[in-house]
Amino acid sequence: MILHTIIFYLFSGITIASALMVISSRNPVHSVLFLILAFFNAAGLFVMLGAEFLAMMLVVVYVGAVAVLFLFVVMMLDVDFAELRQGFLQYLPIGALIGVVLLAELVIVLSGWAFAPEVLANPVQAIPDMTKVTNTEAIGRLLYTDYIFFFQTAGFVLLVAMIGAIVLTLRHKPRVKRQNIAEQVGRTQKVDLHSVEPGKGI
Amino acid sequence: MMDLATFPSLAPFLPELVLAVGALVLLMVGAFGGERSTPLVTTLAVLLIAVAGLVLLFKAEDGVTFGGAFVLDPFARFMKVLALIGSGFAIVMSVNYSKREKIARFEYPVLILLATVGMLLMISANDLIAAYLGLELQSLALYVVAASNRDSVKSTEAGLKYFVLGALSSGMLLYGMSLIYGFTGHTQFESIASTLATGPIPIGVVFGLVFVISGIAFKVSAVPFHMWTPDVYEGAPTPVTAFFAAAPKAAAIALFVRVLLGSLGPAAADWQQVITFIAIASMILGAFAAIGQRNIKRLMAYSSIGHMGFALVGLAAGNQSGVQGIIIYMAIYVAMTLGAFAVILFMRRKGQMVEEISDLAGLSRTHPVIAFIFAMILFSLAGIPPLAGFFAKWYVFLAAIEAQLYVLAVIGVLSSVVGAYYYLRIVKIMYFDEPAGAFEPMPGELRFVLGLSGVFVILFVFFAGPLGQAASVAAKTFF
Repeated sequence: MILHTIIFYLFSGITIASALMVISSRNPVHSVLFLILAFFNAAGLFVMLGAEFLAMMLVVVYVGAVAVLFLFVVMMLDVDFAELRQGFLQYLPIGALIGVVLLAELVIVLSGWAFAPEVLANPVQAIPDMTKVTNTEAIGRLLYTDYIFFFQTAGFVLLVAMIGAIVLTLRHKPRVKRQNIAEQVGRTQKVDLHSVEPGKGI
Repeated sequence: MMDLATFPSLAPFLPELVLAVGALVLLMVGAFGGERSTPLVTTLAVLLIAVAGLVLLFKAEDGVTFGGAFVLDPFARFMKVLALIGSGFAIVMSVNYSKREKIARFEYPVLILLATVGMLLMISANDLIAAYLGLELQSLALYVVAASNRDSVKSTEAGLKYFVLGALSSGMLLYGMSLIYGFTGHTQFESIASTLATGPIPIGVVFGLVFVISGIAFKVSAVPFHMWTPDVYEGAPTPVTAFFAAAPKAAAIALFVRVLLGSLGPAAADWQQVITFIAIASMILGAFAAIGQRNIKRLMAYSSIGHMGFALVGLAAGNQSGVQGIIIYMAIYVAMTLGAFAVILFMRRKGQMVEEISDLAGLSRTHPVIAFIFAMILFSLAGIPPLAGFFAKWYVFLAAIEAQLYVLAVIGVLSSVVGAYYYLRIVKIMYFDEPAGAFEPMPGELRFVLGLSGVFVILFVFFAGPLGQAASVAAKTFF
């Protein structure tokens, strides 16, 4: 049990520390790498809860796709984050005010938090016996039967996102020369070598 | 746990199914046919919407399906017909414009179709998750079409602005929904209502409903969540603006009604004051901010903010005649908006679209018939009897008085008087100013839309009976 506790504090401690580093590190690439570390540790926490499916999804989706995408964007855009932070002190008072208001709201809501017994008695979905089914199976059953409508609609949302990305960015440039492999293979002319002078071409 | 033998009934879901599958087929047609297939896809999209409408009216059965997440009732049916009409005409009105501006692409009608699927899901949502997914499906497609003229800075700015603010509003909506779910233990609307009816309203639910109202108020562009509207309306291509102003508004108002009356009904005392404030603020801002506008699309944006305020008066009343008023208001609003945008789309001089109000000067001499119909639509927007817009306002104010919201009704009437000023100013410019030169002839499809809208607006007294009856049947759903 002590080992369990130690591992829990290890994971959660690293999660919080790396989350802090995400927002405080100067180099955006380091930020993204710390974000990945935070995801890995959060996945570890999920494993400790017995939710191994969520843990794997977190690694596959967030680390494998989202964080890598972030990394690409950060490296390709070359945004000067130091410059972005310049107005930071100027906006600090109003930002702090909003933060305090939000915190106060959360405290008020959470201190008034009480589960009514009848709410606990009728959850939206009955929790299956975890000794009989793995949680991957439990999620799958729910997703593809009771929640099939939501699942399919979410699929449509993603389809729209895909169409949107293509509509807004794909351009057919007529002057772009593309490689046509069939044409290359089907070349009947003899292949010959030329000595090309630098900067001249054939 | 559900097994295959109890596959959910698809009978209430048929129109959405037709539309969604059809949209996928059209996407394939467009993807394999390339740019040549644009006219074909556009025609088929309009036909598909018509077919979905017929299926909705004659084939779909009332009922609840997908474990209570989806409901088809008379209210949903009425609002869905409105949304389909708005979307169908938006596609029809875009044909000539996109050809002339060289932005014709087959994805446009497909995206409108997918947005329409989202609207229908919103209208039929009977569950918080379903409501959110429908809303997001609709909004995501709208962001894309707002930026569809991607070589224009204004259009891309409109799309980006709409996207960023829309994402913010979705966040608020989700936060509110999670609070409501956390404090009631349900996502399904009837279960939420029955849980809330058992005791005092928990403070978490009050917080949640304020966030949910904020999120949906953004989608209907009610004050104080209206800031995006003028910029997006001005920047987006005009047929897209016409689409934004009609169908999505009807769908979002329907969602508003269903969330507040269907699930948060027991908390009515809490949300009524919020809605009253939003309605008053929208009516006043819509009336005053529109006065200084020179661009007709911006003017229509403020006008739509004001009209949403009037429609919300019915919701603030929260009784059956209020809901009936909202339904009638939205029907008339969609008809008037489509007509007004038919005229705006026709404002083309020397091959260029013009958007200033002063460009309409002397329209009565250059195009007398169009000027007459447009004047009637403007009178109707201002709410002058015996045109359609008067009855729209009459029904919602009547409901407000029935609910003893006298202040709300008085402010409403006063702001509609202020609003009349800027509508009448356009009529004055059309009839009494020196002509600014003729526009290019009006394309056939715009004539058709304008004609239909004009007939509806001018001869509304003859439709008032059947429409009122249908609306009252629809409004009974919640009471």
